[in-house]
Amino acid sequence: MYKISKENLNALYAAIAGGNDLFLPVKNAGQTNFGLWTESADVDIDTLKTVKSAKDIFFPQSESLYQVRRQDGKLEIQGEALREKPFVVFGIRGCDVKGMEVLDKVFLSDPVDGYYAARRQMGTIVSLACGRPETSCFCKVFGVDCAEPAGDVVTWLVGDTLYWEAKTKKGEALTEKLGNLLEKADTADVEKEKEKIHAIVERLPYSNLSLEKWGAAAADQNFDSPLWEQLYSPCLACGTCTFVCPTCQCYDIKDYTTSSGVQRYRCWDSCMYSDFTMMAHGNNRTSQMQRFRQRFMHKLAYFPANNNGMFSCVGCGRCVDKCPSHLNIVKVIKAFEKEGQ
Amino acid sequence: MAEAMHECKYNPGFMRDTLIPQVGIITDIRTETPDVKTFRVEAPNGGKLFEHMPGQCAMVCAPGVGEAMFSITSSPTNKLYQEFSIKRCGVLTEYLHSLKAGDEILVRGPYGNNFPVETELKGQNLLFIAGGIALAPLRSVINYCLDNRENYGQIDIVYGSRSADDLVQRKEIEEVWSKIPGVNVHLTIDRPQDGWDDHVGFVPSYLQELAFDTNRTAILCGPPIMIKFCLQGLKEMGFAMEQVYTTLELRMKCGVGKCGRCNIGTKYVCKDGPVFRFDQVDALPNEY
Repeated sequence: MYKISKENLNALYAAIAGGNDLFLPVKNAGQTNFGLWTESADVDIDTLKTVKSAKDIFFPQSESLYQVRRQDGKLEIQGEALREKPFVVFGIRGCDVKGMEVLDKVFLSDPVDGYYAARRQMGTIVSLACGRPETSCFCKVFGVDCAEPAGDVVTWLVGDTLYWEAKTKKGEALTEKLGNLLEKADTADVEKEKEKIHAIVERLPYSNLSLEKWGAAAADQNFDSPLWEQLYSPCLACGTCTFVCPTCQCYDIKDYTTSSGVQRYRCWDSCMYSDFTMMAHGNNRTSQMQRFRQRFMHKLAYFPANNNGMFSCVGCGRCVDKCPSHLNIVKVIKAFEKEGQ
Repeated sequence: MAEAMHECKYNPGFMRDTLIPQVGIITDIRTETPDVKTFRVEAPNGGKLFEHMPGQCAMVCAPGVGEAMFSITSSPTNKLYQEFSIKRCGVLTEYLHSLKAGDEILVRGPYGNNFPVETELKGQNLLFIAGGIALAPLRSVINYCLDNRENYGQIDIVYGSRSADDLVQRKEIEEVWSKIPGVNVHLTIDRPQDGWDDHVGFVPSYLQELAFDTNRTAILCGPPIMIKFCLQGLKEMGFAMEQVYTTLELRMKCGVGKCGRCNIGTKYVCKDGPVFRFDQVDALPNEY
C-alpha cells in the first residue's frame, strides 16, 4: 500500500494526466460530475456522489457510430474510430464500479459492443472508498462494500492522506508510472477507516432492505401485482432516474444531418418515455404504469434472471435523491417486502 | 472478479460491425398492393449482402430518414438477392416507397432466431396462416420448404387480406405455390368483390371451415386480432400450443439485445425472437 498527502494530489493528477487522459470529479456551476482533468479544473473528491454516474466515460450520453457520405447517389460509410488512447478514471465510488460490472454484462456479451469494449480495454479505474456514506445509499443491499470498492486501484481518503493500493495488472502499471510521488504506507489507518465506514453503513436507513421478493423468480411473480397501480401514479415520466442511474443502458440510435452527409449517433434513452416502444403500427406500453413497471421489473427480476442473479441496481441512491416525485426503487422494494405480510 | 471485469477480451475485428450497416443496392421494386412494395436488394458488386435463415430480420436504413427492422421475405435458397416486402405506414416506409431501382440503402443483419426448418419443422405437415403483410415473414419459410420439398409433408397455406388488391405476392402464389404437388393454397378476402370467385370471409372463420386435423405444425402471422381468433380456433381444433409458431414485433433500435426497446420479460425480441412458439409466448408478460 502507498500514500500521498492531499496537498500533493494536484501533482498526482498531473503525473497521471501526463501519459493518459484523466477523468475525475470536477465541480462546475455548483454540480460535481466526472470531467477531464486540466490544471484549472476544480477537482472535487469530497462530494460523495457525482450528479451523473461515471458510466458516461465508458458509455457516453451521446456518441457517433459512423458517418455516411453521399456522392453521386453512392453511399459511403466511415465507422467511428474506436478508443485507442489509454485513460484513467479517478475517484469512482464502489457503487459505480459495480455499475460497470452490470454494463459489462450487457455490452460485452455476445455480440460485443465495440465502442464500449475499446473504452473498457483502454480505461484504468481508480476507485475511492466512501468515507461518509449518505442516508440515500444502499449499496450494501446489492453486495457492494463501499469501504473496499473494486477497481484496478483502490484509494481511501483518510484525513489529509490518500492511501493507494493497486489490485490488478493495469493498476500496478499505473502505480509504477507514478514513481516517487507515492510513498510506502502501512495499512493500519485504512483498516481503521474501513471499520468506521462499515459502522456508518450499518446505521443507514436502507441498508437492510430485503430482496427476498426479487430475483429471477420475480419475473413471473410480480408482474401482475396490484402494487404497480398504487406505486406508479406520482411518476412524471421525466426520465431523471434513468439518466442518473449507473446501470441504465437503454439507448436510441439517431441521425444528424451534417454539411457533408449524415452522422449516425447513439444517445441514452429512457424506458420511462412514451415513445420508447412506439412503432408505426402501435405501442405495446401505452400507460405510464406499464413503463414504470418495466423499469423495475427489468432491474430486479428480468436482469437477474438472465445474469445469474445479478441485479441491475447497485444502490447508489441517485434516483432517491433526484426524483422530483420522491419515487424510487427503495419504495418499490419496500412495498413488495410488505406485501403479503 | 475484479480481474475478470477489468481485463475484458474482445475480438477487435468482429464487434464494431454489429451496429454498422453495409451499402445495398435496390435492383428491383415490385408494387404488390396499393401500400406494399417488394424491394430486391443486392450487394454493390452483386450477390447477397449476407446469408440468413427463414424468419430472420434485418435493419433497413435510409440515412437521415430512419432505420427499422424488417423481416427478410426471400428464402435463403435464393442465392442471388434478398427481398423485403414493406408496407407504407410511417416516415421511413413512406421514403422507401419513393425510391427507384438503382438507389442505395443501408442494411445490417441478419438478426434474431429463425423458424426451426431444419429441426422441429422437418418431416412435418405444415399449415401456414397469414393475414395481409404478415405473409412477408412466412414467405421465406414457405419458399425454403418448397425448395426442399422432400423434407416436408403436406403444405397448406391459408392467406387472407382486406381485398383481392391487398394480397401480397399474388403472382407467386397463383403461378408457383398453387401448382406444386402437395401444396394447397386457400385464399380469402374480407368482403365480396367483382372478379373474385374464391372464398370470402375473415381468416379465422375460414380456418374453422377448413377444419384441419392436428397432424401438422401451424405457423401463424398476422394482425393481433387475427392471431387471437385464429389461435382460439386452432385450440378448438385440438392443436397444442407447442404446435403453433408465430413471430413477435416490437420496437427495435440495435438489433442485438442491448438498446432495451424490445425487452419483454426475460426476452429480447430482436435476439431471442422474432420466432416464438405459442407456449413460449404464453410464458411472457402480457405486453406485446
